[in-house]
Amino acid sequence: MEYFIELFLGGLTRGSIYALIALGYTMVYGIIELINFAHGEIYMIGAFTALIVASVLTLLGFNELSILVIASLCAVIWAASYGFTIEKLAYKPLRKAPRLSALISAIGMSIFLQNYVLLAQTSDFLPFPALMPEFGFLEPYAHIMSSAEVIIVLTTALVMAALTFLIKFTRLGKAMRATAQDRDMALLSGVNVNRVISFTFIIGSATAAVGGVLIASHIGMINFYIGFIAGIKAFTAAVLGGIGSVPGAVLGGMVLGWTESFATGYVSSDYEDVFAFTLLVLILIFRPEGILGRSTTQKV
Amino acid sequence: MLTFAEIKRSVLVSLWFMFLTFPIMVVRVNPIEEVVEWRWRNLIVIGAGSFALSFVWRYMMARKEAGLKRKEAGGEKAPLVRRIMDRPRLSRSIVGLVVAFVCVFPFLFSTYQVTIMSTALIYVMLGLGLNIVIGLAGLLDLGYVAFYAVGAYSYALLNFHFGVGFWIALPLGGLLGALFGVLLGFPVLRLRGDYLAIVTLGFGEIIRLILENWNEFSFGPSGIAGISRPGFFGIDMSLNTATIYVYFVLIGLVILTVFFVNRLQNSRIGRAWVALREDEIACQAMGIDKTKTKLTAFALGATWAGMAGVVFAAKTTFINPASFTFLESAIILSIVVLGGMGSIPGVILGALVLILLPEYLRAFSDYRMILFGATLVLMMVFRPQGLITGVRRVYRFQGDNGRNES
Repeated sequence: MEYFIELFLGGLTRGSIYALIALGYTMVYGIIELINFAHGEIYMIGAFTALIVASVLTLLGFNELSILVIASLCAVIWAASYGFTIEKLAYKPLRKAPRLSALISAIGMSIFLQNYVLLAQTSDFLPFPALMPEFGFLEPYAHIMSSAEVIIVLTTALVMAALTFLIKFTRLGKAMRATAQDRDMALLSGVNVNRVISFTFIIGSATAAVGGVLIASHIGMINFYIGFIAGIKAFTAAVLGGIGSVPGAVLGGMVLGWTESFATGYVSSDYEDVFAFTLLVLILIFRPEGILGRSTTQKV
Repeated sequence: MLTFAEIKRSVLVSLWFMFLTFPIMVVRVNPIEEVVEWRWRNLIVIGAGSFALSFVWRYMMARKEAGLKRKEAGGEKAPLVRRIMDRPRLSRSIVGLVVAFVCVFPFLFSTYQVTIMSTALIYVMLGLGLNIVIGLAGLLDLGYVAFYAVGAYSYALLNFHFGVGFWIALPLGGLLGALFGVLLGFPVLRLRGDYLAIVTLGFGEIIRLILENWNEFSFGPSGIAGISRPGFFGIDMSLNTATIYVYFVLIGLVILTVFFVNRLQNSRIGRAWVALREDEIACQAMGIDKTKTKLTAFALGATWAGMAGVVFAAKTTFINPASFTFLESAIILSIVVLGGMGSIPGVILGALVLILLPEYLRAFSDYRMILFGATLVLMMVFRPQGLITGVRRVYRFQGDNGRNES
């Protein structure tokens, strides 16, 4: 039973990270119907920025809490800037082009960013400083769940709540929903569609960066390739939950996290990624609209 | 032309990129030795580079807009291939020159050059195969390398266990590729374009991970060595002769592929693919069996990948799962996109450019992948039809104009 709880909580942590990345996918897809392949790379760049800033601050002799805050802030700011720039360069000129074109452009962007970090930084794994604080009161339960894992789960819940609020109750959220429903009609009703799309990319990238900082300081290692697999898995999570839906992304992330955790714990750890991909294929075959998604009919 | 406003815009762009690339380009940390390296020179390069490139970008954008307007007005120039084909003497002499060059190539250049050319020819085959799936049928397959792996492993394993020869394995590899193509095709039939991309990507990764982890079957990451080269009526060949022989086998296969793809393009099924690519619903309404059409596209595309895999295994005599990563799929995709989706001469040119250039420009080999990525984005933004536009069959009414108008 203890092993089961361990796997369950492990899956919860893993799933939270997938959920954080999946939120960006789902928001972008909801609004411009594009699988933003470069999203995983944004997450990786967020983690790298945090690592660089944290190392510089450590050398300058800052204390731990301020390093955590400044590094996370920088990661969020730069990741959001990358998201904004990528949209302007690689996706905006293709808005009226066939969807295949935008998708190929996104794949190109993903390959470009991976190799950009590889060339500018290094291909080695870099040790990531443990930025997250240890809570004293969690000490007795440390064998089941570390305080880092608690922080990850809580942050995910917080981000999801904030995003739900943003989309449901603010003016920007209303504009986002309108754009997702019908871009031309939104434009006619006075929504600045370009700005809404930019904001979506910025918010999505910022959440990905939060995920990047959390997972990097939890696992303690990063390299330029972490974004690729994480990106595909997060996409799986987004599809699993129903693409375009915020609670769906979180639910999908959790389901994926548990599947991986239990499958590696009870079956075999060699095939960790195979389980995720198989789950994706199965979901797409049997329920392409996802757990919380609504099925839409294709329009002519 | 150079107005103050334009310069101001470019300065802003350059400042933005200097800010954007600052942490990654300028700072490099070594967390083990706790050293931080500041590379200020990169900042200047980025600033100056993005300043200059922003002018080029805007110029290209303006040109693209002008091109679109011209197209709408109907004043479009005929594509290059069409213009060459319209002049039979010119096209015949071009074909003659190419044939002559291809025949004497291995006797003029060293074994090394022939090996590189053979590699490029394998990619021509792969590109033409993927062209069926992406260019004609419009199905974005990101796991194409899986079929390539199926072909390579089927020859390697058959050769290792049963001593099966190259010429028997070649059609078998193609058949197995087709079988896997149908296997993948069935579940993904219902999916829309972008989901399809992700599922095929996942499928490619599954195949690679199984090859890597199932040691009893595939010998894991260490791969299979000592695969036989293609035989020629049991004659023993020196390494040099064998290389040239593989080259000619590949030339033969490429000609076969071009012939097949060309015939397919203009066949009933080829037209059905193009119709499917343009509009699925309209295509169904015209009475085309969507399932059958998609499955044949997958199967035929995979056949060429399977055969290319067999040739690859026979050429290198050693294979392991590392040769079949997603990057390989991305390279093949770049070939098709750069050359021009749906255009046979385009794909051949794309493969030669993308495989041969990095070999000859060794100094840039580190920048190979970043350039592939940039190529994909820039081609999609500025020239989605590729280097050589595919020739589409056009029917023109050439009757009596006067009567037509009245």
